[in-house]
Parts: sequence; structure tokens; C-alpha cells
Amino acid sequence: MNEITVTHILFVSTALFFIGMYGLFTRRNMITMLMAVELILNSVNINFVAFNKYVYPGKLDGIFFTIFVITIAAAEAAVAIAIIINLYRSHHSIDVEDASELKY
Amino acid sequence: MNASVIIFYIISAFILGAGLLAVTARKIFRSAIWLLFSLIGIASLYFWMEVEFVAAVQIVVYVGGIVVLIIFSIFLTQKSGDEMPKPVKQRAIFSALAVLFGCGFVFNLIREFGFTSINQQPFEVKVSDIGMQMLSTSDYGFVLPFEVVSILLLAALIGCIVIAMKVKHTEK
Repeated sequence: MNEITVTHILFVSTALFFIGMYGLFTRRNMITMLMAVELILNSVNINFVAFNKYVYPGKLDGIFFTIFVITIAAAEAAVAIAIIINLYRSHHSIDVEDASELKY
Repeated sequence: MNASVIIFYIISAFILGAGLLAVTARKIFRSAIWLLFSLIGIASLYFWMEVEFVAAVQIVVYVGGIVVLIIFSIFLTQKSGDEMPKPVKQRAIFSALAVLFGCGFVFNLIREFGFTSINQQPFEVKVSDIGMQMLSTSDYGFVLPFEVVSILLLAALIGCIVIAMKVKHTEK
């Protein structure tokens, strides 16, 4: 209780991961599902930085992984939003239940 | 219980509260704003861990880029004042159960494992070290992933333009 160890930070990131998971399960709107995915990616980034700081303080690998994950998350968000806008143009809705042409 | 510990608990409560509101708020625009606060909280957690460079990248890319992109797409596709429909009760209950079970399982796993932190060596991240290692071609250099990621960003840029481009119907 007197000192923050890596375990405390892992608790926070685990809770954030499962909050994002709950959003991904319950939301049916594509933009809000994208927000839940962003929360999950951020919890992974917290893990990388915490392990780098507390377990391997002499190296920088966790920092690099965090930077690359942020880059790829930005690219993923841009592509996802392009797809969402295109879907809205053809279906006039971004609910995942309405986009069911490829289901069967 | 010194100031650093108290600040850590405040930051964690802020992150988790804002994240929980981001996935449960009924109005989509409010949900985006709660996501913004949660991301700012994560940036302050990076500041607390003394990795200022990652915190700055987090603020620039997430808060300045992705959240603004999400807000624009909300304005393009939704009536942002309307409330979203409630999730189906059965689905909400079962996903909450699954999440609580998974959370308890992983918490237990972390608690039992007991990571040993090495605190002898001070952890300082100099931006010059990051830059040197990022572009170094020797062992433990990250120049190959750097180039691959730059190609990926270019491909994503072109792909977004192609996907979102309006198709002109000329042959009608």
C-alpha cells in the first residue's frame, strides 16, 4: 500500500481492458465499438510502459512497442472511419445489425 | 502513503471512471467526450511514470488526432443529440458476467504471480536515445519496423482516400 509496484499498474490496465471488452460486447453502433477498441489498445500500451519501467529499466523496448502500437492504432482508426462513412453512404445507418449482406 | 501514491490512485480512478462512462453513456457525443477524458488520464499516467515522450505522443496522436476524427465522423453520420437504444438486457447481463469473470480471473493471476520490480537502476528515457535506437541499423535497432510502419501509414492513407471517395455514376 505504501509503494506502487508493477502489480498495481497491471490491475488498472486489466480493468481498463475489460471495460473496453464490455463496450465491444454491448454496443451495436460502429463508432462506439471503435471507441471500445481504442480503450483496449490503450490498456495494452500501459502494460508495455509499466513492464519497461519496473521490470527492465535498462532497456527501451517497451517504449518502442508503445510508439508502434500508437502508430498502427491511428492508421486503423482512419481506415475504420473511412469504411464507416462509406457504409453510411450506402445503408444510411451504421448499426452493425443493419449491415448483414455478407452474413449468410 | 505519500503524495505519489495518492496521485496514482486519483489518476487510476479518473481513467477507469471516464472509461466506464465512455462505454455506457447513452448519447454518442458524450461517450466520445468521456473517451477523450480517459485518454487524457492515460497520458497523465505516463507523466506519472516519467515517460514524458510517450505522454506527449499520446496527447498529440490520440487526443489531437483520433478523438477529433471520431467526433467528425459522429457529426457526419449521426444525430448526435439523440439517445442510442438501450442494449438488449440479456446481452448486457451476460457480457457483464463474462467481463466480471475474466476480470477476476486475470486479477487473481497477477496477484499470484508476484512480479519482482528492479528498482536499483534508475529509469530515464532520453528522447535522443529513442531517436538513436529507432534509426540504428545495428543490433537492437528498430529501423526495419520503422520503415515497415511508414509504408503501412502510406498504404492506410491511400486506402482511406480510395474507400471514402465518391463514385461518379457516369454510365447511367
